[in-house]
Amino acid sequence: MRKISWLLATLLICFPTLALSAGAIDGGSKQAVNWAAIGMFIGFVSLTLVITYWASKRTVSAADFYSAGGGITAGQNGLAIAGDYMSAASFLGISGLVYTSGYDGLIYSVGWLVGWPIVTFLIAEQLRNLGKFTFADVASFRLGQPRIRILAACGSLVTVAFYLIAQRVGAGKLIQLLFGLDYWIAVILVGGLMMIYVTFGGMKATTWVQIIKAVLLLFGATFMAGAVLYKYGFSPEALFAKATEVHPKGIAIMEPGSLISNPLSAISLGLALMFGTAGLPHILMRFFTVKDAQAARKSVFYATGFIGYFYILTFIIGFGAITLVSTDLAFLDAGILEKTKSGIAAIKGGSNMAAIHLADAVGGNLFLGFISAVAFATILAVVSGLALAGASSISHDIYAMVIKGGNANEQDEVRVSKIATLFLGVLAIILGIIFENQNVAFMVGLAFAIAASCNFPVLVMSIFWKGLTTRGALIGGFLGLTSAVVGVILSPAVWEVTLGFAKGSAPVRLDNPALFSMSLAFVGIWLFSILDRSARATVDRDGFDAQFVRSQTGIGAAGATAH
Amino acid sequence: MLSSYEKIEQDPNYQELVRRRSSLGWTLSLIMLIIYFGFILLVAYAPKFLGTPLGTGVMTIGIPIGLFVIVSAFLLTGIYVSKANSKYDPLIREIVGGNRS
Repeated sequence: MRKISWLLATLLICFPTLALSAGAIDGGSKQAVNWAAIGMFIGFVSLTLVITYWASKRTVSAADFYSAGGGITAGQNGLAIAGDYMSAASFLGISGLVYTSGYDGLIYSVGWLVGWPIVTFLIAEQLRNLGKFTFADVASFRLGQPRIRILAACGSLVTVAFYLIAQRVGAGKLIQLLFGLDYWIAVILVGGLMMIYVTFGGMKATTWVQIIKAVLLLFGATFMAGAVLYKYGFSPEALFAKATEVHPKGIAIMEPGSLISNPLSAISLGLALMFGTAGLPHILMRFFTVKDAQAARKSVFYATGFIGYFYILTFIIGFGAITLVSTDLAFLDAGILEKTKSGIAAIKGGSNMAAIHLADAVGGNLFLGFISAVAFATILAVVSGLALAGASSISHDIYAMVIKGGNANEQDEVRVSKIATLFLGVLAIILGIIFENQNVAFMVGLAFAIAASCNFPVLVMSIFWKGLTTRGALIGGFLGLTSAVVGVILSPAVWEVTLGFAKGSAPVRLDNPALFSMSLAFVGIWLFSILDRSARATVDRDGFDAQFVRSQTGIGAAGATAH
Repeated sequence: MLSSYEKIEQDPNYQELVRRRSSLGWTLSLIMLIIYFGFILLVAYAPKFLGTPLGTGVMTIGIPIGLFVIVSAFLLTGIYVSKANSKYDPLIREIVGGNRS
């Protein structure tokens, strides 16, 4: 009963705020109020709150809260994983990148996709067979519990924190543009809804919010790409021909451009994108929501299909925007157009708005509203998954396993994770407001670099290498973590752009440190493991065979709870 | 008296499962790495090659190559999943069934 009144109260608080602030638009940087968008967004939020209420009735045990009781099917999980990955950053960011630089956008899409096969071949089944709620369960399976837990929890929390801030700031800006809301209202709205989904509905609600959004986004993107191709008689050649004709870079948009300047930087970025995927805690968590290893493997296959299809669509959408948005004065800022004479540079709201304007160009106001609402839904769904991953790390890894030494009362553990969610939600709102005018684009790269340099090496070595010891994992993991953070701070993106030092003065010339931070982690893990002669090291190595049998066969794995 | 996992380790079905699954998993991973880093090296060292026009139009060879990398990721995953469903799962069921005590 208390839960219902909570939800109702939030509904009543949220919606008049939307309407009121929408009435008080002062023009300028904000978009005119889009009632179709707000209507559809309210529809989405109402539906997800109903689902959250339904899920809250079925979320009793810790397994329900962290992993939806293992009751998600492979198809559902495939959509949810795809949903986690198809964030607003990748939908709007990649189509915007294609809009400004053409082919370069495809390089990023490819990098973001190719991590998935590796996850399927080497990680998905083993993870499901060994773990229960978090990837730290797997990393610490046979190693010294408290120390490896703390390392894995640090890796998770740092990754989640940077990813969350990046999404949150991007979200605030986007909502400001889409709905004409003030930035702080947008940030609080996203934070508030996120806390409701996660604290009441746990993994069940978070997964279903993600699934609904993934279906809506795939539908919207398919319609948009279809409409673009329809305009060109379903001939990609005709679309590309028109794009090269109107784009100021001309034919150069059909080949790799200036985005990737030096070969080492390209390889380093490639490593971060590929192996970072295999170390993102909010993605790895999803393998515990299905009933067994077979479902885990199938779900990555579905997810790879959805994500690959989606990236092909964003490529078409980006080119469609070049031909239909950059040539239409309605979408361009007259002042910038006067100065630069380029429709690409003059796009209202910046290149991230390319897909949004294209929705207006091909589907009118109603479809614009739909795509705006889907973009907002995307942000909500992704930040909820991140918050749940962060909260699980705090409650399951730190509270239950480290502080309580594995003897926590289940109800206490769930309560701690709910408190942790509220704490993370409030923290994310405060940080979102503090970072409002900072350039946070580097934070996504940093999150991937840390995931690739700390979480992934520790995880994969613990699954496959008998010689791994607690000391080796600990030293190697922290080397990877710190070198990734230092490498990002000393890179041109942060040193020159964010910190404002002179151009060309950055001590590290790589945009992403993964090449050396990942190598450092693997070498560190290997070296300090083989040098380790401690008593603990013998226990670690002796534990491998039993662990390997379980990882291969699933004997003894955490099962699905019956419902 | 052997502990249960030692018994499984000596099961020929188990040894076959581990051998086949690891060789397929690592081979497919290697193929994916070669395809992807082959693409990245082309981007880094031979961007002009990717810009070679196909036929008389504006379509360049880089577009089908990029699409090929995306499709290959999906197909390689599919190969692994179908192998695992048809070959490894029955082996696992036999191992689990044969060693229940």
